[in-house]
Amino acid sequence: MALLEIEDLRVRFQTRDGVVRAVEGVSLSLDRGRTLGIVGESGSGKSVTALTVMGLSRLPNATVEGRVLFDGLDLLALPLEELALYRGKRIGMIFQDPMSSLHPLYKVGWQIVEAIRAHEDVSKSAARRRARDALAEVGIPNPSERLDSYPHELSGGMRQRVMIAMALVLDPDVLIADEPTTALDVTVQVQILDLVRRLQAERGAAVLLITHDLGVVAETADEVAVMYAGRVVELGRMETILGAPEHPYTWGLIESLPRLGDARGARLHPIAGQPPSLIHVPSGCPFHPRCPHAFAVCPEVEPPLLPSGPGHVVACHLAPAARRRIGLALRSAATGGSVG
Amino acid sequence: MSASAEPQAAPRHSLPEGGPAHGPAAFLALLLGVLGSSMSRYIARRVGWGIFLLFVVSALTFLIFYVFPSADPAALRAGRQANPQLIAQIRHALGLDDPLYEQYWIYLKGIFLHFNLGYSYQNNVSVTSQILTRLPVTISLTVGAFVVWIAIGIPLGILSAIRRHSTVDRSTMGLALLAISAPVYWLGLIVLLLFADDIGKVHLLPGAGSYVPITHDPTQWFLSLLMPWFVLAASFAAIYARMVRGNLIEVMGEDYIRTARAKGLSERRVILRHGVRAAITPVVTLAGLDLGILLGGAVLTETVFNIPGIGRYAYDSIVNSDLPAIQGTVLFGAFFIIVMNIVVDVLYAFLDPRVRY
Repeated sequence: MALLEIEDLRVRFQTRDGVVRAVEGVSLSLDRGRTLGIVGESGSGKSVTALTVMGLSRLPNATVEGRVLFDGLDLLALPLEELALYRGKRIGMIFQDPMSSLHPLYKVGWQIVEAIRAHEDVSKSAARRRARDALAEVGIPNPSERLDSYPHELSGGMRQRVMIAMALVLDPDVLIADEPTTALDVTVQVQILDLVRRLQAERGAAVLLITHDLGVVAETADEVAVMYAGRVVELGRMETILGAPEHPYTWGLIESLPRLGDARGARLHPIAGQPPSLIHVPSGCPFHPRCPHAFAVCPEVEPPLLPSGPGHVVACHLAPAARRRIGLALRSAATGGSVG
Repeated sequence: MSASAEPQAAPRHSLPEGGPAHGPAAFLALLLGVLGSSMSRYIARRVGWGIFLLFVVSALTFLIFYVFPSADPAALRAGRQANPQLIAQIRHALGLDDPLYEQYWIYLKGIFLHFNLGYSYQNNVSVTSQILTRLPVTISLTVGAFVVWIAIGIPLGILSAIRRHSTVDRSTMGLALLAISAPVYWLGLIVLLLFADDIGKVHLLPGAGSYVPITHDPTQWFLSLLMPWFVLAASFAAIYARMVRGNLIEVMGEDYIRTARAKGLSERRVILRHGVRAAITPVVTLAGLDLGILLGGAVLTETVFNIPGIGRYAYDSIVNSDLPAIQGTVLFGAFFIIVMNIVVDVLYAFLDPRVRY
């Protein structure tokens, strides 16, 4: 059994406009030392999936079904007080916007010390020393002085480093990173990804990386789950998903990336249409209204997630042979270019 | 907001390595550092503006009194057997026949040289001494009411925010609307009619005019102020509860609250240390200003309950067209508002590290 097993997760939010089906039957698993990337557009359910693991989607208007097994224990069944013992301690989390994710009125040292002392009975000075070491480890210069900095005194990249230091200071088994580089400059993005990779290699933690950026996935992930309309539509090893993808939505994601080889002024190829409303999800395969390969059965029947190769599953009605042909053609078109 | 990776260098970092230096030179440097800090410059500037504002307020009050029709103070003073000769005599004695600018100049000189706000046209009593005698009364009323509204408003606001749409929330917000809508003079009379020991349905508490100083009889002081405290506090408690609720609901949706939960903190700590801490800053500002306004005299409450404070004095002096007393109370009120404004702004810098002067 894997360290983290998400089984048939369903998350719904009751809103004024109707029921939002944010996550519809997602199953994923993640092992120690591995990185699982979840990609998809906004509103694909990837962030809600990650937040639900931590119980952070437990809102009065939410219903959550399925299981999230951490070390064999169902986190969804835990009362909030017991779940708090896992949050931060066994599962750390970093978020998209480091500008708003740190409390603006407390010094960063105080915030890290608070995280330590929430779980371990150590003195303030001992916790402060550990906080300083954690800042040093994530590459923050003058860590002793930075402990007394307020978040607004740091740059975005430094703040994300503080978030990472805070998430990793208790040596969690799992790190959930929800769009950790989206709000940062490109050069800083690379540094932050390198940092996450290095810390993961040193500590053997499992990383759940949520992103809309295939480039980030290519750099970091061992496995990739592609989500659409709250469902996993394709799942496999990173090389497979980026090299021989078999789902039309994954093709669309890859084709919509700009490539280095493209002529200047060449048009990008975005996926036609808008992501579906999660209140009125299209019938059958939810991607069929935007899919250039859709045929008669697609609006009628939702395709099940079926194995297509070793460790590779796809939810698509197209014949496997046809899918492989198109996927490989896409790959040769991309030759010479970078997916990032 | 700064996007630089380098934090602003604090003054202490400019000290040479090897710990703080000693000796008179170091002390002088430290003193200059404090005096030259942006905070003290800011305060000095604000105090300067405050004094200027007080000038403006005094000049305006002076002008308004003469420009707008009001009873002739000399005629009022002359009493029932008034004749033109007597009135002219009184006018001369009070300096009312001097040109306006001269009257104002004499008035200003009195304030600055002798802290003298003049003498009542009504009974020749020093306005300064009247205000200073009444100040403890107004402080008793205001500070007591302040404690009541903070103690009621803030917890109810927090509770309503975290139990949004619950019975607690709905009833608190319903009551708050009532309390905000009810004028103090109406609420005061209702409470007196219900609970005063002379005219009340239930003879529970001492009614209007029962105030005694705390030095005289602490129990009586406390009991006589209970009704005024709650009446004065009612609308403030309601406003504060609504404000805390609104702020806290907004703050609890912030990303840093999610971070606090993700750290594994108890929900109680998330709400109090992270949520309330951020939601309370604007409330502190408002509280300081409200306190300043009321210290200048809670006119309505003091009048309804016949409490001999500055507000009651202001009311009486307006009724009697007693310019020096009106001037004195207005200036005094303006003084408190200006002082509390400065206090609040300085406090803000301590409450929110992002604020810089």
